[in-house]
Amino acid sequence: MGRLFLTVLLISSIVFLVVRVIPGDPASVIAGIDADPSAITAIRAKLGTDKPISTQYLQWLWSVMRVDFGNSLISGQPVTALILERLPLTLTLAVLGIIISILIAIPLGVLSAVKRWSWWDYLGMIFSQIGMAVPSFWLGIILLLLLSVKLNWFPLFGSGTVRHLVLPALSLGIARAAVLLRLTRASMVEELSKEYVVTARSKGLPERMVNYKHALKNALLPVTTIAGIQLGYMLGGAIIIEQVFSLPGLGRLFLFGIYQRDFPLIQGGVVFVAFIFSFINFSVDILYSLLNPKIRVS
Amino acid sequence: MTASANTPLLTINGLDIRFEQTGGVAHALRGIDLSLVTGRTHALVGESGSGKTVTSMAVMGLLETPPARIHSGEIRFGGSDLLSISDAEHRKIRGRQIGMIFQEPGKYLNPAFTIGEQITETLRVHFGMARRSATAKALEFLALVGLGKSQRVLKNYPHELSGGMKQRAMIAMAICCHPALLIADEPTTALDVTLQLQILRLIKELKNRFDMGILFISHDLGVVYQISDHVSVIYAGKIVESADRDRIFSQPLHPYTRLLLLSIPDAAKRGQRLRAIPGGVPDAEHIPSGCSFHPRCPLAESRCSKEIPPTKAYGDGHLAACFFIGKKWIDSSK
Repeated sequence: MGRLFLTVLLISSIVFLVVRVIPGDPASVIAGIDADPSAITAIRAKLGTDKPISTQYLQWLWSVMRVDFGNSLISGQPVTALILERLPLTLTLAVLGIIISILIAIPLGVLSAVKRWSWWDYLGMIFSQIGMAVPSFWLGIILLLLLSVKLNWFPLFGSGTVRHLVLPALSLGIARAAVLLRLTRASMVEELSKEYVVTARSKGLPERMVNYKHALKNALLPVTTIAGIQLGYMLGGAIIIEQVFSLPGLGRLFLFGIYQRDFPLIQGGVVFVAFIFSFINFSVDILYSLLNPKIRVS
Repeated sequence: MTASANTPLLTINGLDIRFEQTGGVAHALRGIDLSLVTGRTHALVGESGSGKTVTSMAVMGLLETPPARIHSGEIRFGGSDLLSISDAEHRKIRGRQIGMIFQEPGKYLNPAFTIGEQITETLRVHFGMARRSATAKALEFLALVGLGKSQRVLKNYPHELSGGMKQRAMIAMAICCHPALLIADEPTTALDVTLQLQILRLIKELKNRFDMGILFISHDLGVVYQISDHVSVIYAGKIVESADRDRIFSQPLHPYTRLLLLSIPDAAKRGQRLRAIPGGVPDAEHIPSGCSFHPRCPLAESRCSKEIPPTKAYGDGHLAACFFIGKKWIDSSK
């Protein structure tokens, strides 16, 4: 919990600094290219960017603690409200993505390990090689072309239904599944070489129990951790994929914020994502300790 | 004594196992014979790499083939020929009629399951027991191995138990289906000396109680002396000497056995240098010609590197394979 707090503090400080180092002045963006200097000064005073940097920093930290990132410079709406409005879509996309990646990676990874150098294993290898090499946005475009434009199975644009999320979630999930599959296979191969597997066989357990009970439970421990962390990355991936599929999620919100030097929005957005990321990692740690009997006691 | 008491429970005849790897062929077992009677403990003694574990894995049917290949020989257990039965039949024998315990219980117990789960699953698989009755049976066996009759150990994970408790739990797991044969692969090596004694005593007690035969694999002659009835000494995949325990310890015939006995620390020889056998067990890919022990043998002559000494009987079931038995001997003071 302390680590979670520290992470958020550190991230918000970095964000504050970075935003101020980026060239470009929000006041002149708002006022326009040909604005009169006195108008720019007035806008600066209104934004508070004329105050000393230390004052701005303290004000910023105080606002982070209250989860109030101020109002968007462009639309004037509270940043927190803007984020919360877009969050459900991005979160749904990320969760669907991780579910797809788990559904592909774990069964295929486990089968690849159990039936090493078999047809399944080669299929898994080919899949993960391609999955790692192909960027998710490219995959998204190809899926759109194939399944929406040519076959018309899924809607091309828009949002609101689950059908709109299938293709973006697939493009996200497949790219992540590649990594997770390699990990699952490696972890399972390692567990299958452990001594307790010999014991399980010596007790006369059927191979299916040796593999899918004894080895699998141990093999899934590291996989769970990575899958959880992947959920965090998935949020980042979702931001790119939203562009490809023109989905009104967090990604588009932040991207426009950056284009328009909307400081409060950028700052709030980064801190928000960092918080979710840390929170996911924190939850994964807890989940891990629930699954691993060795950690549970301590 | 039952009628079956004198018919062998386990018989191994001329077992020859090779590991075929890309680098060459490792000749792990070069025709070993071994037999075990119900209610007795047969110890298979040798240094690491001599083929002890391969023997036990062959009996269990757990050798991976390839790379292992059973070149010739037979393993008879009860009425069946273990080398010709199907994998499914062999699986039904494992855990049910042959139990096995291992060297490091910490590694050989699954860290992710409770002791209770690991015992009851065996009962459920072999007897189709319901969870409740399997748990009752598991408790009964935990009490037998000295882990008390409380529910606590059932719910413990292996890491919550001490080394000795883990080995006791492992023993309970191996014998919960009343096997006729127990294979113990260095079960006390990872334990400290006081625990070793307790575990050995426990194994003996359970053997008598359930009338099991035990194939006891060890490199430690001190442990072997305490537990076994019969001893076979294995060297580089071949049994060089085999006899009743007392004969092996009082009148060894093979120079290798003799040297092994001289290397045991002994209170009477306190202050003297401990005698070690120079060199090491040859690796199974490069077994010396003739008598495989000749490069390390103080008695060896030129003949030893050319001919393999035949195994001969010296009365009372005492077998040994050396050209110089009764002719030359190793001086204990050297």
